[in-house]
Amino acid sequence: MLIKKASDIKSSEITDQKTYLNRRLFMRGAALVATTVATGALYKKLNPPPPVKVEGEKLANVKKAETVEGVPVLTEKPTSFEDITNYNNFYEFSTDKRAVAEEARGFVTRPWAVAVEGLVNKPRRYDLDDLLKIAPLEERIYRFRCVEGWSMVIPWVGFPLSKLLAQVEPNSRARYVAFETLFDPKRMPNQSSGVLDWPYVEGLRLDEAMHPLTILASGLYGERLPPQDGAPLRLVVPWKYGFKSIKSIVKITLTEAEPPTTWNLQAPDEYGFYSNVNPLVNHPRWSQARERRIGEYGMRDTLIFNGYAEQVASLYTGMDLKRYF
Amino acid sequence: MKETRFAKAVVFINSLVPLALLCWDAYHGRLGANPLEFVTRTTGMLTLVFLLISLAVTPLRKLTGWNWLTRFRRMLGLYAFFYGFLHFTTYVWFDRFFNLKSTAQDILQRPFIAVGMLSFFLMVPLAITSTDRMIKRLGGKRWAKLHRLVYVAAAGGVLHYYMLVKSDVRLPTRFAIVLGLLLGFRLFIKYQSSPPPPTTIGAGARSR
Repeated sequence: MLIKKASDIKSSEITDQKTYLNRRLFMRGAALVATTVATGALYKKLNPPPPVKVEGEKLANVKKAETVEGVPVLTEKPTSFEDITNYNNFYEFSTDKRAVAEEARGFVTRPWAVAVEGLVNKPRRYDLDDLLKIAPLEERIYRFRCVEGWSMVIPWVGFPLSKLLAQVEPNSRARYVAFETLFDPKRMPNQSSGVLDWPYVEGLRLDEAMHPLTILASGLYGERLPPQDGAPLRLVVPWKYGFKSIKSIVKITLTEAEPPTTWNLQAPDEYGFYSNVNPLVNHPRWSQARERRIGEYGMRDTLIFNGYAEQVASLYTGMDLKRYF
Repeated sequence: MKETRFAKAVVFINSLVPLALLCWDAYHGRLGANPLEFVTRTTGMLTLVFLLISLAVTPLRKLTGWNWLTRFRRMLGLYAFFYGFLHFTTYVWFDRFFNLKSTAQDILQRPFIAVGMLSFFLMVPLAITSTDRMIKRLGGKRWAKLHRLVYVAAAGGVLHYYMLVKSDVRLPTRFAIVLGLLLGFRLFIKYQSSPPPPTTIGAGARSR
């Protein structure tokens, strides 16, 4: 029997221990890196998309906020354009606030018609561009309070809803105004889901609709309203929770009876018809006593009527605001 | 076994990847307009994910016969607790600012907070008794019985998520379905392998 002595094996043939360990280390390193990258990629995929940069179109002849009479001047700093255009509750596109901007990109808003009908003397189907000429565009810097407990300060561009209503002349039976969002699942993809009953509908009492603070907005920061913020035309009622300010309006109807409203149909005990901002009326999911202003880390106390009590409280004299929440 | 040691390291590091990326995005200001809401949501989601993964270990082991899977269970469970702790801390810190009174008030006013809080606290004794020494001290049987609390914690966690969502319940529903399957599998195994019901009433309750 031949037993090779160690010296018989050429030293060049032996995988030296260092290489052996290196190879093993290399394989393990590769496995570790590969799985880590895969996990990271999965995490990124499940995360919201990066913010969308909006290339806005400047609106001409907008009256500056300070020169608009009867509107309280806000000293609070407006929320950044990027945040206003990338943090949106617009379920027609997505239920993820950070994904709406991406999903709404390329939403076509021309041609666009708005029908104004119901209990009015002069019903009319407006082409959007005609509607926007009804009154001079004004900048309105308003607080915006979402029912979810966050808030913004938004420099809208628009004009009072009362100017439009005056043109169609509500008749003596008209007591409420109902609004409707576009229903077109091809253009608003999330309308194919059953997340809400489409189309989205909202409503105001006629005196709320006629109030000088209630506006139809078509712009933001002096630019044309981006799709994710409700283009081309939305309602803004600054003393009510954000969901009352319906977006992408196609129909406005004057009615005698209180019109149905989407979130109220969804959960009547959580969202009332009025939905005035009120720190004293709690919501089962969000404490309404305080709010987080987007861009800040602390919390602010929520103000009754979102700080517009002086202007609007008289609309509700004698009303139990806890009952009619 | 050495091989498991490496595999454990892989699982350990991978489980930290979401946290690392969350911190990275936070450092670069890429958490969106409402960073605190995002951190809260992400850590909550990760808690549920790790709860479900750790609850998937036993069914997977029984279906595949890969007994080595059990060796990862403790780590996965502890990660669920870890992310749950981060979730809890984010809430107490940045939503309540360590204000005990306002936290208590919030628990009373908002049922989903109460459910989430309870589920988190149910995980605390499980994390404490996760060491080998504690298993020995309690005895395997008692330990296993105690750790069945994880079923309640997971169900509570999913319910907490479901209650919080405004109307789009698709994702919480998926979590609920997966949890249902994982727990249903256990029930199925239990009743399949248990002897025919004894004639004396109540005796069956103790059989496993």
